[in-house]
Amino acid sequence: MKEPTTLVVAGLATLAAGTYTFRLSGQLLRARITFPPRAAKLLEAAAVILLAALVATTALTEGHGFSGFARPAGVLVAGVLAWRKAPFLVVVLAAAAVTALLRVLGV
Amino acid sequence: MVEVFRINSMRSIYRTLGRSVLTDIGLTCLAVFFIGLSYGAIAVASGLPLWVPAVLSVLVLAGASEFLFVGIVAAGGSPIAAALAGLLVNSRHLPYGLALPAGVTGRRWGRLLGTHVMNDESVVFALAQPDLPRKRAAYRACGLGVLACWPGGAVIGGLIGSAVHNTNAFGLDAMFPAVILALIVKDLRDARTRRAALAGAGIALAATRFLPAGLPVLLALVALLLLIRVPAATPEPAATPEPAATPEPGHPVGAQAGTTP
Repeated sequence: MKEPTTLVVAGLATLAAGTYTFRLSGQLLRARITFPPRAAKLLEAAAVILLAALVATTALTEGHGFSGFARPAGVLVAGVLAWRKAPFLVVVLAAAAVTALLRVLGV
Repeated sequence: MVEVFRINSMRSIYRTLGRSVLTDIGLTCLAVFFIGLSYGAIAVASGLPLWVPAVLSVLVLAGASEFLFVGIVAAGGSPIAAALAGLLVNSRHLPYGLALPAGVTGRRWGRLLGTHVMNDESVVFALAQPDLPRKRAAYRACGLGVLACWPGGAVIGGLIGSAVHNTNAFGLDAMFPAVILALIVKDLRDARTRRAALAGAGIALAATRFLPAGLPVLLALVALLLLIRVPAATPEPAATPEPAATPEPGHPVGAQAGTTP
């Protein structure tokens, strides 16, 4: 971990407190506002976009460069399996297995 | 005392919900436990001390945002940027709170904990029940189950992860993106969301070369523009005698009626 511990604690506390606030405020506001379904859908999409970007960057990059082929290949196999509705455990273990195997082969 | 209370409350949950719903909740919690295992193992393998995923899992209790936080911090990004990204992911809990009928999360002091265990799973199970007592029982059973399984999985996974040394040799670094991909794959079946997600991923990848760690993921949100529908040019025949307010994109007020073309 490169970041100082205090900063990590601050980030962690921010995330925890903010999440609790979201959880509470929806209940408190229930009587007063109606949340348009479109806005809810946009929030949902925002979450998916952030997570997809995280998948892409952690699969393909290391620092500011390319991570090598083994890792993205494993993730690609996992993606295909997940798309075909394979069980979660199979998906995740396949990613690790394919990547490890490719590294043994020197990719 | 506490023990007796718990057994009674478990019994009443059992009587209220019946077997099949409880089995579903149990299986869901088991799945959460396994995701928690991989989460803890991956967080530790990517260089974070065990307390980070452990504390996150108890205090945040929302998987996707924790993965995001851990991913950004482990890559060397700012924890504050990581928290903001996580908060954006967790903003969905606001509409969850709006959707749950009053009383589902509990009353008085119980509500403090009941609010904390609001998550994707507990909300889904609560909303699926036909009446308030059953909604409340399903919410409580699933919420408390996740509260036990997610941190439990994270800590055990973290301990396993600390025992393995050369994590790259086992391909553990590929597990992290694979887990997240498995979690969002059901959302990616929607073509519009998929297009935006791919665009966002592309933007983040292109930005990794120039921006410090953590920011490329946030920049991906630009792709959200693909999903903001431009209001139709021709005004629809007015069914309601509302004044012709120009609906601004993203503004809640105009979005009530007649936005679908």
